[in-house]
Order: sequence, then structure tokens, then C-alpha cells
Amino acid sequence: MRANKSNNIKKYAILGVLILLAGFFSIVTDSFLTASNLMNISRQVSMLGISAVGMTCVILTSGIDLSVGSVMAIVNIIGAKLMTEAGLPIFPAAVITLIVAAIVGLINGVMISYVGVPAFIVTLATMISLRGLAYVLCAGMPIWGLPDAFRTLGQGYLGPIPIPVIIMLIVFAIGWVFLNRTKTGRYIYGLGGNKEAVRLAGIRTARVGTIAYIISGFLTGLAGLIMLSRINTGQPKIGTSFEMDVITAVVLGGVSMRGGSGSILGVLVGVFITGILSNGMILLNISEYYQQIAKGLVLLFAVTLDTVANLRKN
Amino acid sequence: MMAEFLIEMRQISKQFPGVRALRDVDFSIKKGEIVCLLGENGAGKSTLMKILTGVYKQDCGSIYYEGEEIHLTGPRDAYERGINIIFQEFNLCSNLSAMENLFLGNENRTKEGFFSFTQTRKKAKELFEKLHIDIEPDIKVSQLNVARQQMVEIAKALAYDTKVLIMDEPTSALTSKEITTLFSIMRTLKERGVAIIFISHKLEEVLEVTDRIVVLRDGENCGNVITSDATKNQLVSLMVGREIHNFFTKRTQAPSDEILLEVKGICGNKIKKASFNIKKGEIVGFAGLVGSGRSALARLIIGAEKKSEGTILMDGKELIIRHPKDAIAAGIAYLPEDRKNMGLVLPMTVRENTTMCIHRKLQRLFGLISNKDEYDITDHYIDELKIKVFSREQIVETLSGGNQQKIVIAKALAVTPRLLILCEPTRGIDVGAKAEVHNIIATLADQDISIIVVSSELQEIFNLADRILVMHEGAITADIPIGEANQEVVMKAAIGAV
Repeated sequence: MRANKSNNIKKYAILGVLILLAGFFSIVTDSFLTASNLMNISRQVSMLGISAVGMTCVILTSGIDLSVGSVMAIVNIIGAKLMTEAGLPIFPAAVITLIVAAIVGLINGVMISYVGVPAFIVTLATMISLRGLAYVLCAGMPIWGLPDAFRTLGQGYLGPIPIPVIIMLIVFAIGWVFLNRTKTGRYIYGLGGNKEAVRLAGIRTARVGTIAYIISGFLTGLAGLIMLSRINTGQPKIGTSFEMDVITAVVLGGVSMRGGSGSILGVLVGVFITGILSNGMILLNISEYYQQIAKGLVLLFAVTLDTVANLRKN
Repeated sequence: MMAEFLIEMRQISKQFPGVRALRDVDFSIKKGEIVCLLGENGAGKSTLMKILTGVYKQDCGSIYYEGEEIHLTGPRDAYERGINIIFQEFNLCSNLSAMENLFLGNENRTKEGFFSFTQTRKKAKELFEKLHIDIEPDIKVSQLNVARQQMVEIAKALAYDTKVLIMDEPTSALTSKEITTLFSIMRTLKERGVAIIFISHKLEEVLEVTDRIVVLRDGENCGNVITSDATKNQLVSLMVGREIHNFFTKRTQAPSDEILLEVKGICGNKIKKASFNIKKGEIVGFAGLVGSGRSALARLIIGAEKKSEGTILMDGKELIIRHPKDAIAAGIAYLPEDRKNMGLVLPMTVRENTTMCIHRKLQRLFGLISNKDEYDITDHYIDELKIKVFSREQIVETLSGGNQQKIVIAKALAVTPRLLILCEPTRGIDVGAKAEVHNIIATLADQDISIIVVSSELQEIFNLADRILVMHEGAITADIPIGEANQEVVMKAAIGAV
């Protein structure tokens, strides 16, 4: 793979962090190292993980997608509305919801890659507006009364393994194949590495860039559906600051903010670090306010690690 | 008593993981001396200079400055002692004016502590005048061409009290006229007692401007000659360790009479109604000064920039090219002049770069890229172009300039082009690799591929081309068959004096 030196340093450092964290929480709490808690962590991180695969594509192109938290909210509300008020069966409702999420990605992608507005601004704008739209659509009230069968997606098990975890692993597997073995995946890396060289190689860079945002939108949509199924109500405030968790996980996983380097397997590690950290803090009864401080510091740590690795390389 | 040498480096050795970069290298320079540091890429020139400028620390050996031993603590230390380097890539803030760049980090301030424009402007003028450089202090650096940016860079080095100036391939982006100007600036500096270390691959220039030549090979000293006693062949053999009698291979086959591509009156950014044609198996060289529009024309042809007018015909049929992908689909491959910024994705592997243009063709079931085909193609070019890599999975960033350039060539060849447009195909690569690249180009033309070579090195064009087109201010001013071409005719057309 992309086994350059600085990446390796990052990769091992991050694996070390995962092991240290797990070790620490195993010692200080009784409940951390139990099968049910580990399953629980996996289920909790599944939505983060699914969205992180999309975010990985975006950050690899040297972009950023701040809108994922709001996409999750809009998916929550639209999905809930379609299944309740519109009375659509689960499957078509889910498909329509996913299409909406992908369209948000398309809009982001077109504005960024074709029009040339900075990714930070475009996705900040969609983040704010979509959150507003989510509140408008449900008039600020939660939506109740989702069909019971829909619970399976987020709450069901296949054997001992929660369905969201299985979905996440499938998404990671497809993500790996996509990024490593398809031309679009490789151009996504190339775009972050040297956009001009890729363009001169006859590749429509704007299209590749847009695809990355569509993937991010679509996968966040999928994560949003799982979330809807788990809480079983449409909540307009769901997914607040979700984007920061996703970005933290991706960058912790060794994807460079400058684009062009990082691996999907590293991201899986990053996702679990984020998950273990919040699970451990909950087990330790640390207040939510302190958790937030910790999250900010972890984000800073992840980006610093990335920056230092890049500095060393130059 | 004054020491004989301003700088003396004795028995310098440096080891990197897996490679011995320098072994007991001696290097010295006097005040007011211009010394060329010569060697193939990877000979250890940059490592030696990085030690002198405090970027690396030597494992063994010592550095004497005016006879006294010094221990450089870092680049800042070297800079403060007056050891200054000008890199191939400039370190200027293009959004600032020339004078602001000159005194960056060393600003002239008014009594109140504000930036003083008057004083800065005055000092900048003085500095430029001293060097006989004609640049307006207030002009933005982005508005200057490469040659003038370089002059600003030189002036910037001298704004601080520079005693040793290292110039890393300063002429690689300049035209012959600009090189003459650069040399006269270098001579002015020499008179003022500045010691100049000149790193270049162009032997003609080295012989013209330097006093002494120090040759490195594989990290060791292998020659120290007074320039007036040196000959080109001698230097080449010192560098490569063997005599090269025939620098460049000649063609075995004459181009056909059939026209492959016809460009009719195309206009665009910097280009005014350019028309020309190229025959199958022909090598057409584009000569001209920097900024004359040669590479801009190439970019118009391949669709990297939009043309406002004109048509391109291939085999007599019109070609619609709106994007580089259309050019590639038509069998036109392009090698950009700047391999690092335009040619390669540096953090990606040899394999991924080589097949960059042809991923579509490598797709199999479900759009997956065929590993086997990709490996075969990469291995084929590594073998055919003699690219030195550990494996096809090596990151191209870690390769030498010559090998990187071969990867860009491999990438273009993988398209199986009918027309190959090469911009500065040998810029910044060493003599051995250059001869190899020229051989490759000649072989390709013998296989009936038409080739356009844009080069700032006239020698290169004379060596390769069947026909020379000369550009001046965006127009083609001369079309000269190689038999009738000489330096004078080409230069006249290049400066618009026809």
C-alpha cells in the first residue's frame, strides 16, 4: 500500500494509542473488558465508522465535509416523515432518504469542484442550512410512531453481532476495494497528491472530487438511517457536532489533512479509538462537559500528529 | 594572517540509512572564486551543500571558515555567517513586491517602528543598480518572469552580507540571453569578493563562467581541475567514470512524408495564430525564449487550456479537444515541463503513476483494476526505460530526478501515443540520464511516433530534431529544417529579428 515512512510512524503510533487506551480502561474499570461492552462499543461506533469511510474519501482529495452532522439530522427527519406521515413502506422510504443524502453530497461536490468555492465554506453553509431545514420540516418537534420492523436495522442482531456493526464492516470492506482497486478510488488519492498531474493525465478532476462528496453524503445517510432506527424517533437535533467526531476519527486513523495519503484500515483504528475513549469516559462517570473538553484535545492531538509527520517528511 | 581559503571542508563523510552519501570529501573555495561542483544526480552534491548550509551535520570531517574551525548549529547559523543558497525552486513570496522580498525578515523600519517604504525602496534601488539589474522595486514578484525572479533571489541573498553564495542549477529555467545576464551578475559578485559555488549540469556554462571545477562521483572526490585546462569530454568522463564519445544517438530512420497532425491558426492565452504540422515519425523541436509561448502552445493542443480560435486536424480529420482526456483518447501524450508539480503524484507509487492515464483500459469485472495487467505494464517500462527502483511499489518521491523523469515518460508511453509532446524532457537530470532519455526519444521516433520537443537547451533541440520551429511572443517565427539550422538563425528568430 502507501507504505511511506511517515505514514508508518503514524500508523504504529495510532495502533499504540488504541492498545494503551484499551489497556487503561480495562484496568481502571471492571466493565470495560467484557464481551457485551465490546459489542456495545462496536455498535456505538458503527455510525461513526460508516460516515468516516465517506469522510476519508473527501479528506483524501484534500477536502473537508462539515455537513455530515446536519445530513444525519435531515435524514432522520425525512426518513421519519416518509415512514409515518407519508405512510411509505420501509424500503422505499429508506431508498428515498439515501437519495436525498447523496443529493446533498452532490450539491456540496458541485459547488466545491465545479464552481470552486472552498470546501470549508460550502459544507459549513450546508451544515447550517440543513440543520435549520431539519427543524423547519418537523416544526422543532420529534417525530414518533415509526414502524416496529424498522428497529431491526439499528437494534437487530445477526447471531451475536449487531446488524449496524455488520453494515459498518461491509462498508469498510467495500471502501477498501474502492480506494485501492478502482480507478476512481485511485484518482481520489491522486487528487489530494497532485491535482494538476491528475488533470493532465486526462482525468476529469471535478467529477472525481464530486464523487467523493456524494459518497460522504450517501454513507452519512446510511449512518443516519441506522441512528433513526436505534432511537426510533425523528430528532432534528441529532448528529450535532457529529462532523467533528468523524473528522477526528479519520485524522486519528492517519489520513493526512493535506490529502493524498492515508489508509482505510487506519481509519478503522481511528474510529475505535474515538469509540473506546467515549465509552471509557462514560464508564468512569466523567461528566459530559469534561468529555467534550477531551474530544477537542483529541482532535488537536490527531491533527498535530499529522502535521508533525508531514514536517518530518519535508 | 589571512587563510588561503574562505571555506575549507576537509574529509567530510555522511552516512544515511543504507547509503553512504559522502566519503572523505574535500572542498574549498577562495574569496572571489567561482567554483563549479559537478557530478551526476546522486553524486553527493546536494548533501555536501546541505552540510555547508547547516541543514545536515557531517558524521566526520571538519569545516574551516577563514582558517578557523566552525560547527554549524543549523541553517540560521550558516546564514548569519554569510553562507547563502539559492535553490532551484525559489523562495519568494509572489504576492509581495520585489523590495519587500529583498528585506523579508530584515525589514527597514521608521523611528516609530513601522515598515519604511521610502527607505526600503531606496536600498532596493541601490542593490539592483550595484548588480546592474533592471527591476522596479515596487513590482510584484508574481509579475516577473522566472529569470527576473531569480535575479530578485540573488539580490535578496546579497541584501544580507553574503560571503559564500551557492547556486543550485540557476540556469535550468533560463534562456541563453538571460544566462548571459546571470553570468555578468556572477562576475560582478566575484569582483566584490563573493565566493560562488555553482552547481550545474550544463558543461558549456560551467566551462564559460567558473574558475575551477570540483567533480564528485558516488560521494567521493574524483577531480579538481582549473577550468581553463578542462575539456568537456574530460569532465564527462570524470563524472561518469567512463568516456562518452557519442553523447547522443542519431536516428536510424527518416520521418515519413505523411502528415499526422496539423494545427491551424490556434489562438489562446499568450498564443497568436499558431500554425504548423508534424509528420509521422518526425521530431519537431520548439525553440524560443522563456515566455515565448512554447509550453503554452503545447497546453492548448492537449486541451489543458482553452483555445479561443483555430482547429487541430489529425489524419486530415478535425479533432475536438476540450480536456486533456480528449487528447489522450486521440493518442496525444504530454510530458509537462515541471515533473514535480505537473507530472507526478509524488506520494503515490511507481506503479500508480505509470498507469495513471490508462486506468480505464485496465478495468475488469466490477470496474476493478487488473493487478496482473498493471504489474506487467509497470514492469515492462521499468525494464525498457531502465528505471532504477527497488520495486514497483516504491513511492516516486524517493527516486532521483532522472528516474522520476523516466516515470513521467513511462506514463506518457503507456498511452501508446501517436504524438508525444515533451516539454523540457531533460531538465534537472544528470548527463547519463539525459543521454538515455535522448536515446529513448530517438527510438520512439523510429517507431513512427511523432514527437514535439520543447526545450530551452538549444543543444538538445539540435541533437534531436528533424525540424526546428522557433517561437517569439506567442507566434511561430521560423520553420527551419535541421540541415539549414544553426545557432545564429534560431536565435535571430527567437528574438524576433527576422
